[in-house]
Amino acid sequence: MDIERKVKYEHELNAGFLDDIKRLSHCEEIDRCIQCGTCSSSCPMSVYMDHPPRKIIGFIKNGFRDEALRSFTVWLCSSCYTCQVRCPAKIKITDVMYALRREAIKDKIYPRNFSIPVMDKEMTKLIVRDGRNSEMRLILRLYLKSFRPFNLVKMAPLGLKLMKTGRMGLKRNRIKKQGRKQLRAIVKAIKENGQ
Amino acid sequence: MNRYAYFPGCSLKENSKHYEESMLPVFEAIGCPLEELEDWNCCGATAYFSVDGNMAAAICGRNLSLAEKEGKDILAPCAGCYLTLKKSSLFLQSGEPAARKILEDLKRAGCEYQGRSAVKHPLEVLIREVGLEAIRQKVVRRLTGLKVACYYGCQVVRPYTDFDDPDHPTTLDSLMEALGAEAVDYSAKTRCCGGLLTGTIENVGLRLNYLLLKEAKRKGADAIVTICPLCLFNLELLQDKIVKTYKDDVKIPVFFFSQLMGLALGLSRDDLGFSRSTIPLEAFWAKIRNGGHHV
Repeated sequence: MDIERKVKYEHELNAGFLDDIKRLSHCEEIDRCIQCGTCSSSCPMSVYMDHPPRKIIGFIKNGFRDEALRSFTVWLCSSCYTCQVRCPAKIKITDVMYALRREAIKDKIYPRNFSIPVMDKEMTKLIVRDGRNSEMRLILRLYLKSFRPFNLVKMAPLGLKLMKTGRMGLKRNRIKKQGRKQLRAIVKAIKENGQ
Repeated sequence: MNRYAYFPGCSLKENSKHYEESMLPVFEAIGCPLEELEDWNCCGATAYFSVDGNMAAAICGRNLSLAEKEGKDILAPCAGCYLTLKKSSLFLQSGEPAARKILEDLKRAGCEYQGRSAVKHPLEVLIREVGLEAIRQKVVRRLTGLKVACYYGCQVVRPYTDFDDPDHPTTLDSLMEALGAEAVDYSAKTRCCGGLLTGTIENVGLRLNYLLLKEAKRKGADAIVTICPLCLFNLELLQDKIVKTYKDDVKIPVFFFSQLMGLALGLSRDDLGFSRSTIPLEAFWAKIRNGGHHV
């Protein structure tokens, strides 16, 4: 039988990872983590995570870039900020999760057609184009691009309820032409700066 | 009283119309009429911060600049808008090199922001500026006998809020009590509803909301009161599915706090968006004096 090596050698670790995430999350405190586990025990999602937040912070401190970016945790974080307000080392854990998401999206490390990054990207596209989000259009794009048209059918009862109570947004929302021009100029300038 | 630029965001124009429909008359009634921020753009919510942090702050910067030109602070009832705009405003004022660069780019696009416009949540304005005593004096229909579970969710009270405690907030409870209702001891008041996860990873979202509904029922609440469109969406619209999945009757009306406040101020139920509820409200109206019609 094949026996796999379970431990990484130091040269396989990503030495610059900690500094990258510190910069991207605007959080200098990451290496002050004392591994107390307040984040993991506060997190309403940790029961579903492959690696709870404490372990993710450990990964970052020690250069386990792949493990952190491939973890499902990054996508399960619902941005409730409970861990962040409770962390005794004042680590902005939620902002760290955002930074990991951005790195994972940049490197295209996520399950193909996985709905969360698809949703994130589609929403940003709508905003850049129209200046506003249009709920129905976002939902349609989400289900089509994540190849789950069947789920759209399952959503029908919910859609019907929204329709009956006049809460379904069917039209395309847009801001004024001059506003859209402003937004495009802003987006272009920021893109040129890079991250 | 300060003047505020009302920032509806996408939810208050679509699935949460009744938040807007009740918020505007309530603020009118307390002597602080709201005007919508002219040509606002979408805040980007959690999505934009997941894709590009600088861009997220920049597109919010345009809104902040628009409000500053109007000489007003932004009033954002949606938790997502509130947090995103506040986060961006704090970052843009941080003096960090990346923030300074974004401010320059904004200025070049005609959207200068000097940090004069702040971002506030309606609950904060009601508690801090209007004051509970002034509200109590305006109440003409006390909500006596109504038990409510006050649900704060996450992003209004965390991480930036300074008007309430991030773990044990009480402002909504005291507001409801000022209206004459009884706020039950709702231990799940800041536990996350899962936000957009209910649309992306449904089984996880369902379970989170089941726990919230069940706890409200267990404490004997007649209704759940929220301050966030996404919380209301999840808690209200998933109820049928939750009842079926967990075989537990956790059906309960879910309202925006402004709807109940409108009732207490004597406004008619017809003008506060109650008809948009997908949960039957007969039992609820039976508890409200005059059935919620004009007093």
